[in-house]
Amino acid sequence: MGNGVLLDIRNLNKTFQTNKGGVEAIRSLNLRIREGEFITVIGPSGCGKSTLLKIVAGLDVAYEGSVELEGNRIVAAGIDKGFIFQEPRLFPWLSVEKNIAADLSLRDPAIRRRVDELIELVRLQGFEKAYPRELSGGMAQRVAIARALLRSPKILLLDEPFGALDAFTRSHMQEVLLDIWQQNRTTMIFVTHDIDEAVYLANRIVILKPRPGEISGILANDLPYPRKQASASFQELRLAVLSEFHGKIERQEYVDRAGI
Amino acid sequence: MSKNMEALRGNPAPAAPAKGRLARGRKFGWTFDDLALGAALPAIVLIVWQLAGGAGWIDPLFLPTPFAILNAFKELALHGQLAHHFGVSAWRAAAGFLIGGGLGFAVGLTAGFYRRAEHLLDPSIQLLRMVPHLAIAPLVILWFGFGETSKIAIIACGAFFPLYLNTLTGIRGVDNRLFEVTRVLGFGRRTQVFRLILPAAMPNILLGVRLSLALSWLGLVVAELLGSTSGIGFLINVAKQNSATGEIFVGIFIFAAVGKAVDSLVRLLERKWLHWRDGYQG
Repeated sequence: MGNGVLLDIRNLNKTFQTNKGGVEAIRSLNLRIREGEFITVIGPSGCGKSTLLKIVAGLDVAYEGSVELEGNRIVAAGIDKGFIFQEPRLFPWLSVEKNIAADLSLRDPAIRRRVDELIELVRLQGFEKAYPRELSGGMAQRVAIARALLRSPKILLLDEPFGALDAFTRSHMQEVLLDIWQQNRTTMIFVTHDIDEAVYLANRIVILKPRPGEISGILANDLPYPRKQASASFQELRLAVLSEFHGKIERQEYVDRAGI
Repeated sequence: MSKNMEALRGNPAPAAPAKGRLARGRKFGWTFDDLALGAALPAIVLIVWQLAGGAGWIDPLFLPTPFAILNAFKELALHGQLAHHFGVSAWRAAAGFLIGGGLGFAVGLTAGFYRRAEHLLDPSIQLLRMVPHLAIAPLVILWFGFGETSKIAIIACGAFFPLYLNTLTGIRGVDNRLFEVTRVLGFGRRTQVFRLILPAAMPNILLGVRLSLALSWLGLVVAELLGSTSGIGFLINVAKQNSATGEIFVGIFIFAAVGKAVDSLVRLLERKWLHWRDGYQG
């Protein structure tokens, strides 16, 4: 494959079979992601962005077209494709450090060291022995991120990971994630429906439109980090994303609303 | 809010885990107050009973006083081979529970892990479950005679169902979203069983153990009352023939006390293994 392409999605189609027939979720989607990129995927609900992520994760392999990670077709889920769900999904019977280790043994000194490093990276020192029910939503989500990172994934897939958090915690989590990305250069695909979040985080913003999910546009984002949300250039890009939305889906939105 | 602010600063405030321990201490620890509260009701009943009996308001043949029962207990312990009979009963209950409960657990696991096994076994088991296991006691005695086999079989029949049912329910209740996590984390089938399914089903399994133990105890009484030459149930039967009401009460109290002790032991395990649960603590 060469020239640093990590993930290659070609002519991806996905149809869900329901008892009323097929529902087209994704139509002829093409996307190439290079190593170390931070991609945000944004679109209204029903645009297939979560479906796309599940396909890349290998959680859903009933698709048409080709999805290749380092040239190999994705056929199953695995630790090379880290996945952060919208909810932390921790094991409630395990402490923070054991949740991060999961099936790996903390008695292994190498694992122990890595877990301690990750706890520091996600800023959870002092909470190693705490149980999930003792954690706030943001802390629990950081445990989930550490759990994925311990497996050194080639790509980290995040499905609206901060959607359930309040605004303060969310902006803190965005900082944590950018920190991690800048330190590890893990390739990220981050699905969100929050335009500010998409612009704040990404190198490239993939905008999807719904029914069926298709790429509406891809915007490069070269603004230097750390980004200032109040800056004119940030707002300009934000408007560009917004107009991409409206330009393409306005008509359909009106049609949809007429039915209500 | 304060938690979020603290998360915002990224400070691992040491206050938070300490608070967690406090909350857990409440879950683990029965304070003296709790114990006293639990003992209050039986204590009041015993006192009123003793006073009423001592005042001669109750016929001792009908209801001997607690002290008379205590004396009967001493008498049985010293001259009536109480320890021997207790040992026999405990052994029967334990063997019946281990066989029946163990089978229930194993079949519950099988049905839980394999859909086809569930479809094969569950309808028949539910059918049998509806037969009160005490009703088949005469049949069991007809088959196996009055020996130990029939007694253990009756107990095992009772112990089977709660463990089967709760093990299966526990496995079926494992959060599907956590299954997705195990796929993403690349768990093999074995790891999935030991790291997800069994821990997640543990609350139900332990509930099944408690219910199975209770039914073992019940089965024991029936098995021993139906005809035996040893055991606590046998003592009760002999006492009945001798109109020794006090000795009947000794037997009843032993059943109550040991049953409660075993149940407390399992609850101790629950508190130790299931402290992660976030249930309402009252």
